[in-house]
Amino acid sequence: MSAVEPSAPHSALRRYAAGEPLRLRGELRDMREHMSLLRELVHRDLTVRYKRSIFGFVWTMLHPLLLMLIFVAVFSRLFRFDTPHYETYFLSAYIAWNFFSQTVINAMASVAWNGPLMKRIRVPPTIFTLSTVISGMVNVALSLIVLLPIMVAVGAPLHATLVMLPVSLLLVGMFTFGVSLVLTAVSVFFADVREMVQAGMPALMYLTPVIYPVAIVPDRYRWLIRLNPLTYVMEIVRDPIYYGIVPAPRTFAVATCVSFGAVAIGWMVFRHLAPRFHGHL
Amino acid sequence: MATSDMNVIELQGVSVRYRAQKIRSLKEMVIRTVTRHAPAPYFYSLKDVSLTIGRGESVAIIGANGAGKSTLLRVAAGIIAPSEGVVLARGTVAPLLELGTGFEAELSGRENILFNGALLGRTRAQMRAQMDAIVAFSGLEEQIDAPLRTYSTGMSARLAFAVATAIEADTILLDEILAVGDASFRERCEERIATFVRQGTTILLVTHDLRSAMTICRRAIWISHGQVVADGPSSDVVAQYLAKHG
Repeated sequence: MSAVEPSAPHSALRRYAAGEPLRLRGELRDMREHMSLLRELVHRDLTVRYKRSIFGFVWTMLHPLLLMLIFVAVFSRLFRFDTPHYETYFLSAYIAWNFFSQTVINAMASVAWNGPLMKRIRVPPTIFTLSTVISGMVNVALSLIVLLPIMVAVGAPLHATLVMLPVSLLLVGMFTFGVSLVLTAVSVFFADVREMVQAGMPALMYLTPVIYPVAIVPDRYRWLIRLNPLTYVMEIVRDPIYYGIVPAPRTFAVATCVSFGAVAIGWMVFRHLAPRFHGHL
Repeated sequence: MATSDMNVIELQGVSVRYRAQKIRSLKEMVIRTVTRHAPAPYFYSLKDVSLTIGRGESVAIIGANGAGKSTLLRVAAGIIAPSEGVVLARGTVAPLLELGTGFEAELSGRENILFNGALLGRTRAQMRAQMDAIVAFSGLEEQIDAPLRTYSTGMSARLAFAVATAIEADTILLDEILAVGDASFRERCEERIATFVRQGTTILLVTHDLRSAMTICRRAIWISHGQVVADGPSSDVVAQYLAKHG
C-alpha cells in the first residue's frame, strides 16, 4: 500500500458552518467524488431485487399485469368505456405511476435503512434518494420493453412517437426526484410521514387519470384533475405510447415546468433540512 | 478564515446540540403546537470546542461515556453539521467501520468488497486492482462468489477486516473499533493502524482503552461534558485523566 497522496479534487477545503444550508456546488462536487458509490447503490438495489429468483424480473412485471387484467375486466366490460386497447391505455400510464409511487416510498425507506451508514460515513446527503430514482428508472425502462410485445399481442398500433419516450421519462424521473427529496427530508424528522404517504398514494392515483379516461370525469370535477401536476406528467408518457402523438405544446410545457419546479423545490427543502438530520437518524 | 495547508481539520467554536426530547412524529408535533407545549430544552453534546489537527497527527479522543467523543469525531469528519461554529476540513476522510456495517446479505463476497470500497470513497477500478490481495488476505478464495448470507460470522469478520485494510484516505476515523471483535481482530487492527501512522495518515481514534490511546496516538484530547479538559501529548493527558478518575 502506497503512502497517502492527497489527490487534487479531494484537497479542496470543505467548510461546514452552523445554520448554513447545503450548497448546490458543494453537493455536486461531493456527488462527483462519490460516483462509484452511486453506481454501487444502484447495482445493489437492482441485484438484490432480481437476484433471488430467475424470474425476479417477471415478478415485478406480474403485479402490473395482474392489475391490468382486473381493470380491463372491471372497466372495459362492466363500465363499458369506449377506450380501444384499454390495456395499452392503462399500462402506459400505470408503469409511470408505479415508478413514481414506488420510488417515493422506497426513497423514504432508503434514508431510514441507511441511517446507520450516514452516521459513520460522510456521503452526499442526496445520494440515497438519487440512487433510488435511478434504479427506479432502470425498472421503468425494462417494464416498457415488456410493454411492447404486449401491445403487439393485443394488436395495438406501435407509433413512431415512441422515440420521444426518453424525454418524457426523464421529466417523470425529475418530478419523482423532486417529490422524493421533500418527502425523504421530512420523513427523517417525522417517522409517520412514510405511513401517511403510503396511505395517500392510492387516493392520489384516483385523482390522476391512470386507470380511467378523463372523459368519464364530470365537468364540474375536471378542475381537480387539471390542478394535479401528476396529470400532465402521466400524459406526456401516455401520449407517445397510446395516442401516438407528440404531447401538445401546452401539456409538454406544463409537464416540463412541473418537473423542473419539483426538483427546485425539493432541493430547497432538502438543503435546509439536511444539516439537521443527525439527531434524528 | 484560511487554514494552513498543514491543518487537516480545524474547529472554531463548535457546538453540537440536540433537543433533550425529540418529537418523533408529525402527529406529536401537531398536538404539541395546538396545546402550546414548550419545546424541550437543548442538550449540548459539544460546547464551544476549538482545536486544530495537523496533517499526519494521530489523535486519541478520551473521556467518560456520553462526554461527546463520538460527536467530536463526527463533526470533525463532516458527518454531522455543527449547531454553532465552523469546521474546516481538507482531504478525504474514511472510517474503519465496525464489522458488518455496510454489508449486504444478498450480494456475494466479491460484490460486497466493491460496495464497501465505494462506501469508503474508493473507485471500482481501485478496488478491482486490490481485489486479489483482499481476497487472499481474507482467506476466502473458495467462497468469495457465494452470497454473504451463506457465510459464518467468522467468515464475515475476516472479509470485513480484509476490506478495511484496503482503505486509503487522508484521515482515518476509528470510533471504538477496538472494543468490538475478538483478540486477533483487535491485534490486526492495531497493526494496521500502526501502518497508517507510519504512512503519515491522520488518525482520529475514539477509545475507552487508555493503553491503546497511548500506544497508537502521540496526542490525546480529553473531553468532558462536551468540552475539552486537556489536549496535549497522550501520556500527559492520560496521566491527568487517571489522576482525576483513578
